[in-house]
Amino acid sequence: MTGRPAMRRVLGLLALAAVPTAVLAVFFLLPVSGMLQRGLWPEGSLDLGVLDVLGEERTRKVIWFTLWTSAVSTVVSVVMGLPAAYVLHRLRIPLRGVVRAALLVPFVLPTVVVGIAIRQLVGESGPLGSLGLDGTPVAILMGLVFFNVAVVIRTVGAAWEALDRRPAEAAAALGASPGQVLRTVTLPALRPAIVSSAVVVFLFCATGFGVVLMLGGTRYSSVETEIYLLTTGAITGSVEYQAAAALSLLQIAAVVALLAVAARLRAVPDPTVRRTRATAARPTRRDLPALLATGLVLLAIATPIATLVTGSLRRDGRWTLEFYRALQGTGEDAGGGGIGGGLLRVPITDALGNSLRIAVDATWMSLLLGVLVSVVVTRRAHSRAEASVRGVFDGLFMLPLGVSAVTLGFGFLITLDDPPLDLRSSPLLVPIAQALVALPLVVRVLVPVLHGIDDRQRQAAASLGAGPVRSLLTVEVPVLWRPLLAAAGFAFAVSLGEFGATSFVVRAQAPTLPVVIYRLIGSPGELNYGTAMAASVVLATTTALVILVVERLRVPGVGVL
Amino acid sequence: MRTRPAVLPAALAALALLGSSCSLSTEGDDSGDHASGACGEVVLVTHDSFDLPKRLVSAFEKESGCRLTHSAAGDGGELTSKLTVTQGDPIGDVAFGVDNTFAGAALSEGVFAPYDAPLPAGAEQYRLPGDDDGVLTPIDNASVCVNIDDVWFDDHGIAPPTGLDDLTDPTYADLTVTEGATTSSTGLAFLLATIGEYGDGWTRYWQDLLDNGLKIDKGWEDAYYVDFSQSGGDRPIVVSYDTSPAYTVKDGRSSTSALLDTCFRQVEYAGVLDGAANPTGAEKVVDWLLSPDVQAALPTSMYVFPVAEGTPLPKDWASFATSPTTPIEVSPADIADHRREWLTQWTDLTSG
Repeated sequence: MTGRPAMRRVLGLLALAAVPTAVLAVFFLLPVSGMLQRGLWPEGSLDLGVLDVLGEERTRKVIWFTLWTSAVSTVVSVVMGLPAAYVLHRLRIPLRGVVRAALLVPFVLPTVVVGIAIRQLVGESGPLGSLGLDGTPVAILMGLVFFNVAVVIRTVGAAWEALDRRPAEAAAALGASPGQVLRTVTLPALRPAIVSSAVVVFLFCATGFGVVLMLGGTRYSSVETEIYLLTTGAITGSVEYQAAAALSLLQIAAVVALLAVAARLRAVPDPTVRRTRATAARPTRRDLPALLATGLVLLAIATPIATLVTGSLRRDGRWTLEFYRALQGTGEDAGGGGIGGGLLRVPITDALGNSLRIAVDATWMSLLLGVLVSVVVTRRAHSRAEASVRGVFDGLFMLPLGVSAVTLGFGFLITLDDPPLDLRSSPLLVPIAQALVALPLVVRVLVPVLHGIDDRQRQAAASLGAGPVRSLLTVEVPVLWRPLLAAAGFAFAVSLGEFGATSFVVRAQAPTLPVVIYRLIGSPGELNYGTAMAASVVLATTTALVILVVERLRVPGVGVL
Repeated sequence: MRTRPAVLPAALAALALLGSSCSLSTEGDDSGDHASGACGEVVLVTHDSFDLPKRLVSAFEKESGCRLTHSAAGDGGELTSKLTVTQGDPIGDVAFGVDNTFAGAALSEGVFAPYDAPLPAGAEQYRLPGDDDGVLTPIDNASVCVNIDDVWFDDHGIAPPTGLDDLTDPTYADLTVTEGATTSSTGLAFLLATIGEYGDGWTRYWQDLLDNGLKIDKGWEDAYYVDFSQSGGDRPIVVSYDTSPAYTVKDGRSSTSALLDTCFRQVEYAGVLDGAANPTGAEKVVDWLLSPDVQAALPTSMYVFPVAEGTPLPKDWASFATSPTTPIEVSPADIADHRREWLTQWTDLTSG
């Protein structure tokens, strides 16, 4: 091979990588290092006090709690998610699309609302109160699984859907039992997707501070809740840069280590999989265990949501639509416990519109960046050095998942304050922050699929005279189309439900629906409480509908290759 | 197969267009010059619970010539932290919502610039002790008090508790729920009430509370809406506000009441931010927050008492929301000095 095409190839990849790298640098690396700097170089010189923080007894307790709860929740989510991924992506069952869309609902529900719903179930006076789970780690695990099992179902499901059935059929024809087929053919082929989703779930669990605070009370603390309390001055009355920086560094180290392990686990001898779009099969008797398991998963997710819906429809022991009617008002007539009218409180449709607009922006941003990152990451490396650069690049974009949202949010405030980056009160900051959180999910959905494309197809396209764009359109895009839609649904839901970084950005005037829900539920009066529940139901329903429509955007024939 | 893939770029382009036309261009469009005067734009940073009727905002803009932009920055603690972090290069011109539990920290960090607003009658008593430079202006107050579910105690034939001492009595074992002092400003106020009442003996009192089955939730909504018996939980004693009984009124009677000897008063302040781009506008906002119209709107908009004497209160408040006459006090300087120590001790006690 001569030098010039090789050079052109590298330049092309660099060009593709440039945009996402720039976005990450400005909106993630800069703010986070700004916060770290205040902890590490408080007076302009290096201060190693951070090491003392890490040596404290309390810190060790917090780290251990974070590790074990995240690990257990990840395992439970994977075990529960796999059968559901199979059933919902490979079997022809009624209402498949609806169920798949509904599974993303936990993603968009404000933690405070879900926390209350779960506590009403397991609380001392709830229907499951006799189990004594309230305020225990088990309740926290339930919450974490509730929020995250959809990640496994969706990521693995997308890969499973695109999996060629013929090797499995061949194995079966050769006498392998269904169990053997699963163990020796299907699961190995799905391993990259399973590992990817497990990593994402682990990171989500390790950084999900709302769930831990709501369901664990004040008794348990994770690294993320600790950073939150330290940064917001809840413990000392002033911002504890040093301790927060110590824990943030720890998070970064943990993410790097996790990604290294995952890269090894994910590596399969030959990632190339012949992709087909398998038509869903009619369920058979053999699918019964998977169907039962899926039923359990759905029940586990539906129960808290049902509590929520009931809460929105009942007042004083009667069924009523009162709370839904209250959603329409801006209530200038606020009196005894009504919704006040004012500067922030807008008709629910406005708040919903704000939420959806931001989510649409975050979705296209994360898809755009996600496709670029995935393409760069999956092009076959021509040297070992190139491969490791690729690995670092891939890992870099996972960082926003594992690094504290509080650190990022406060970092925005102190670093994006001067021209040309005077962005901290820009309305763009919210969708960009959300896109960064959704980006790893998009990448994790797309990468396994792109890895599966045989490089020889690209070479064939090139030798037939196709340019890089043409080759992208004829080779990658047809395979990518459906996973892209799945990723879009994901990104959309993440954006609607993201409360980490965005809740620390100084919010502009236009309130989103989750913000309105928080305000309602933080105010006294049954009407406010019920209206918060009704608003949550509206948010959940809208999300499910939007995702359903997005997933229906099928282009006939595309994907058959 | 040749023609199909073109659909994707088209769809992506459409999505991008939809996205950009939906949002990128429309945000901030309402910055029209309807109120362009000498004052220009003034940015008011508040906690998330801030709320006032639109007509009052319009009236302010018309009268002052300022264009008011509101920016919410999290709960009281987050707000204070954000102001501290951006000290000298503030995220707005004027801030509202720093209370007496957080004010000490904000003062020592030099977040606010001096402004001596003319106070309405009755507001003097709410001035922040120790605010020697006169940077903070009291706007409203509300007290955190132990609330009880009177109906529950009636039904169970148990005499309701009357003060903090009773909460450690075995008669009331497993009946009380409060909020975490590190995770909730309500919880912090309750901790301060016990410190003000028992002095150094507060750790002992808390140990007794815990031994008597105290439940600690993350936040107010959690304690009040899940565990408090009035909302369907099974604990008839909850840490809430002096105004809470006004929101449980049915047929002219409130089913709950606040124990007025257990209260810690939170006063919320407004102040001009040091380094504000529009200090004149900021001062006008502080004056506006003290105006009779805004003071009268505070109870219904933010569930707090106005500081101006003689401000008319909503109907249910007049009968059911009683402000304590002698709340338990801890000075802001004391809070600032001992906060870390107290909260560390509290955390050790409660997570043991």
